[in-house]
Formats: sequence, C-alpha cells, structure tokens
Amino acid sequence: MPVTNETREAVAQLDRKYEAGFITDIEMERAPKGVDEDIIRLISAKKGEPAWMLESRLKAFRHWQTMPEPAWAKVKFAPLDYQDAYYYAAPKNIDRPKSLDEVDPKLLETYQKLGIPLREQEMLAGVAVDAVFDSVSVVTTFREKLHEAGVIFCSISEAIRDYPEMIKKYMGSVVPYTDNKHACLNAAVFTDGTFVYIPEGVRCPMELSTYFRINEAKTGQFERTLIVAEKGSYVSYLEGCTAPMRDENQLHAAVVELIAMDDAEIKYSTVQNWYPGDENGKGGIYNFVTKRGICKGKRAKISWTQVETGSAITWKYPSCILLGDDSVGEFYSVAITNNYQQADTGTKMIHIGKNTRSRIVSKGISAGKSDNTYRGLVRIAAKAENARNYTQCDSLLIGHNCGAHTVPYIENRNPGATLEHEATTSKVSEDQLFYCRSRGIPDEEALTLIVNGFCREVLQHLPMEFAVEAQKLVAISLEGSVG
Amino acid sequence: MLKIENLHATVDGREVLKGLTLEINSGEVHAIMGPNGSGKSTLSYVLAGRDGYDVTEGKITFMGHDIGEMAPEERAALGIFLAFQYPVEIPGVTTTTFLKTAVNALRKAHGAAEISPVDFLKLQKEKTAQLGMDADFLKRGVNVGFSGGEKKRNEVLQLAMLQPKLAILDETDSGLDIDALKVVAAGVNALRAEDRSFLIITHYQRLLNYIKPDVVHVLAKGKIQRTGGPELALELEENGYADFTGEAA
Repeated sequence: MPVTNETREAVAQLDRKYEAGFITDIEMERAPKGVDEDIIRLISAKKGEPAWMLESRLKAFRHWQTMPEPAWAKVKFAPLDYQDAYYYAAPKNIDRPKSLDEVDPKLLETYQKLGIPLREQEMLAGVAVDAVFDSVSVVTTFREKLHEAGVIFCSISEAIRDYPEMIKKYMGSVVPYTDNKHACLNAAVFTDGTFVYIPEGVRCPMELSTYFRINEAKTGQFERTLIVAEKGSYVSYLEGCTAPMRDENQLHAAVVELIAMDDAEIKYSTVQNWYPGDENGKGGIYNFVTKRGICKGKRAKISWTQVETGSAITWKYPSCILLGDDSVGEFYSVAITNNYQQADTGTKMIHIGKNTRSRIVSKGISAGKSDNTYRGLVRIAAKAENARNYTQCDSLLIGHNCGAHTVPYIENRNPGATLEHEATTSKVSEDQLFYCRSRGIPDEEALTLIVNGFCREVLQHLPMEFAVEAQKLVAISLEGSVG
Repeated sequence: MLKIENLHATVDGREVLKGLTLEINSGEVHAIMGPNGSGKSTLSYVLAGRDGYDVTEGKITFMGHDIGEMAPEERAALGIFLAFQYPVEIPGVTTTTFLKTAVNALRKAHGAAEISPVDFLKLQKEKTAQLGMDADFLKRGVNVGFSGGEKKRNEVLQLAMLQPKLAILDETDSGLDIDALKVVAAGVNALRAEDRSFLIITHYQRLLNYIKPDVVHVLAKGKIQRTGGPELALELEENGYADFTGEAA
C-alpha cells in the first residue's frame, strides 16, 4: 500500500533518536541476577505453577547446561554471560487488573508513547491486546467478546493454571526444549507470554495483538506464545516489540509455536523494533527467537509475515512443518539493518504431506555498516508427492559499506517436486533518488519512498494498522543513511 | 525568469559547458537544438541540480534566486521541472503514490497544507484524461514496464500535475512514434501560459512542428552558437549541424 500522508507527517515529527527509548519509572520486583535451579524454582513459585511445570522447567535447564551455542548464523558477538542478567522482573504493584481502569496509569502512558493507546485500540480498532510488560502480562482486553466466541486468549501463566491439559499436550510439541540452546533456555526460564485457542469452525472475531516490551535493565525477556487453531478455524495474530535504549546488550529469547488442524488458518504478523544499538554499535537487543508452526491437518495454512527493523542482532527463522496433505506455508519478510546491526533471518519449509505448497518472499535492506543475511531451508520429504515451493529473495543495498547475503538450502528427496528460486541484489540508484528529488521530494523522503516500494509485496500482507506503522519504521530505521 | 550567464560546467571533472549564456522570459518557449555530445543533456541536469554536474564558472539565476548551489528539491520548489530523456523506474511505488508524494512535497515547501485525497484524485483524473491515459497506468509501479510512449506521457502527466514555472523537456520526442508525439505535444501546448516558460531540448526539428517555439538556439561545443526564430529550426533540418561543429555533414 502507498505511503500515506499521515505516515509522512508522523515521520516528520519524529525525533532522530530511537523513539521508543524511554524508561518507565515503576517499582519493579525482581529475582537476583543469574540463572540456576533456585531461580527457576523462584520463577515457578512466583507464578504459582503446578509441580509438573516446574519439573518441565528444570528438565530443560539441565539440558541447557549441556548444549552448545548455535553457530550457523553469520553474526558476530562476544560470548553471552548468562549469569549477568536478570531472569524475573515484574511491576510490583500490579495484582491482575480486571480492566484497564485498574492498570497503573504510568503503564498506560508507556504504551501511549509507543503509539498503542490501549483505550483507543479497545474502542476504535477492535483489537484485543495482551500487553506484556517485562515478564507479567498486565492487561488483557476484550476477553469477554472472545469468550462468547469460545476463543481463549490469555497469558501463558493463566493457561498453565486454567488449561493445564492443553498446555501439557501442546507446549513444546512444535519446538521441543532440545531444539536449540536459546529455545531451551526459554523453556527453563520463560516468564510469560500468550496462549490462544480457537475452537473448531470459529473465525476469531478480531485481530489478536500482543505488544512486548523490555523495560528493566539487564532483563532478558523470554516470552512464550502458543496458538492452537482447531479444524476449520481462523485467527490473525499481531505481535509488536520495542525496548528502551540501554548501553548493554539484552537478550531476548522467545519461542512461538503454532498448531493448525484440518482446514485451519493462522496468520502471524510481527513488527519488531527492539532497540538496535547506537550508531557506533553500542548496546541493542540480541533477538534470538525460535518460531515454528505445524500444519497438522489437511489443507491447513500457516502464514508468517515479519518486519524486522530493530535489534543489534536478529536471529530468527519462522518455519512451517507441512505435515497435512494439501497444507500451505508462507513466509513474507522485510529485514532492515543500518549502522552496525546484524540480521540472519529466513525460514524453513518442511514438506512432508502430499501436494504441500510453500511460498517465501524475503526482502533484505542493508544500510550503514550492517550485515543482512537471508538463510532459508526448503526440505521435501520422500513422501511429499507433488510438493511445490517458490522462493524469492531480493536484497537492496544503500551505500558502500554494508553487506547482503543469500544462503538458500534445498534438500529434495522427491523427484516430483517443483522448486523455484529467484534472487536479486540491487542498489538504490542515484538515478532513482535524483528523479524523486527533481519532483521536489527531499532525499530522505525519497529513500523511504523507494524502500517502501521495494518492500511493498511484503508490507501488503500486514493488517492495515500494522502496515502504516511498518512504513514509519522503514523511515526511522533508515535515518542518516543518505546524504 | 531564467538567466544563464557564461556558464561553465563539468561532468565528472570534464568540462562540457564552456561559457553558455541564455535568457528566457516568462511565457516564452525556447528550443535548444544541437548535435550529439554538444552538452544539451548536461545543460538540463545542471539546471535541475544533479549531483556530479558542477558549475565551475558563471551564474544561473531563476526567479531572482542564484540556484547554482541549490539541491534538486529546492529548485523543484522554486518551480523548475525536468522531463527526463530516460524516465527512471521505481518498482513497487505506484504512479499515484509518486504523484501525490510530489504534489504534497511541493505544497509543504510552499507552506501549504496537504492536498485532500478527494481533490487529488479529481486533479489526477482530469489530467490523465487530458493526456488520453488509461487509469490502470496509475496503479502500476512508476515507469515499470511502461513503453517508451507511456514513459514520456508519464513525464507530461507529472508536468501537468506539478504546474512548474519552467519546464525543461529533454529529448521528449526521442523514441516516440508520430501519434504519441502528437499526444505529448498537445499535452505540452495545453500547459502553455503567461507565467510558464519552456526549454525544449531536441536533436530533431520534428517536435517543433507541434510545439511552436518563440526562440531557437543552436548549442554546439558547449556554447550557444546561434539564436533565431522558428525558421532556424527548419534551416538546421535542411543543412544539419556541420556549420557549427566544423565537420562535414
């Protein structure tokens, strides 16, 4: 969609600094630094978890201690000191508010600065928001309306308490704790997250949205999201992320699991603008996220759309396991890196069922001294008759000091599969910039226009309100990269 | 309106314009004709302010402003418009978005509020219809997959939408068949006005059959060699540029 006037206006008003870089002054309750079995017991006790959950956490933690760091990504950083971070932090004076009126006004103010006025969203946009402030889910809106439809939309802590059978059945079924070191740490120390359950035949009556935000210094955020869509159901889920400016690097290791049964469809959209570090590469979030969905049933569909503009390092590969016959997986991605940011992102499409189809459209934009890698795997199992994949990877370079890399892996065990791969690399040309400027469009606005055009195919898969925000983010993240 | 005095300009350090002097008054249509390599396109880029085209001597005054050091967008805001010889493709940006962004950028530079979406669409519809353009064309990426004729028509559409004070047409006739040429010329003629001047850069006399100039200049070796009325164009068509380049025709 086109860059709207409102977007231009909003961008013009933005400070050149990271807009979400403020710290909310709310008393926090937090566990001592570091992670060991006692800390995990404390987290579990704070959340009033049943014994089976604590056991599951401890099992993951013991395994985590034996695991090596993942090494495949083209990213560079000093080894993480896991004992120099806090693993539990919760706003102190919040005791499960029943409505927005009970929420600390300062918290609401924080969200307003982020441009997500909950009140307004509640009234105007019809978006149910489950806002995660550091580790505890503080407010959940629209519960009742969703309840009428039979949809469960709650924090993962509540789900552990209220729907233990479902959590036992599904949590860790798509991303087991043994998957990789970051996912394993999450399984041990996750503090909150979101659970969504859509019953058979139900089309979720509204877009579901969660805003994640890391506030406390040196707090890792380890949220966990689990979405289960029963037969013939549909849900669209939006996830936005921001964090204030900090000098040190903070770890964000989330796990997202999606499960789609026969004829179900899950659309998962992410706009990520965690603090990227300053122009010299100091600070910023390490965004090490494991996201995976399984199309368990026939004709199921999972669609990932992501706009990744923030974080010092982004390491994520939202993937689809296409188990059911005729199931469909999609991945639409925009990753923008500037200054010293590094992104290694892509997807895995695992074709197991017959007639499974997948589509990958990745747009990488590198500016400054950044490095941007697309890494993707398409695997066709021997029994995946008539599987099809289409992959398109486009890279756009701005300036002379950045890097763009495309690393596609293809493993095909079925000769009947159809695989297409297209890749392009281009530069924002002097011709294009001059053409726009000769029409009166100033240089940074011209660059934003050109880059938004480059990303259009992906941005148009975002829900409307997110698409506008994403366009703003494109402008903000490219500031200072021309002229 | 536009006054160019003893203009020397370099492209990548090579001097291309070597003392060009030219004055265009409000409402006049000037044609600059010349052989390949005479500096015609360089002149258009120097006037529009393209990076890499540097004025080393002389002065360009437009509407009383010395524009020699101005950014392209500042010149556009003053009312200079360049119709490109080779219009540039911008994939994923629809022609409508591009036009609207440009219209609003100019309004902003003039301290005016943004155009309302309704007014914009009305204006766009009117201008598109005048140029006999298909509305479908507005939804496509700027110049992406356009034929040569469509690209040139898109330049004239932008000209009509942005209403500049000085329009520079750089070889707008190149690559056009006779029908497209007539449409483009009619579009330009419709924009002729008391307060709008044109600088038409062309190699051939053909376009000048449809857009009648007030003044014709011959540019060769980086300088204006001769200035005359419309009859000069016909003379050039007859005799070629050999007299000015010192080469046999």
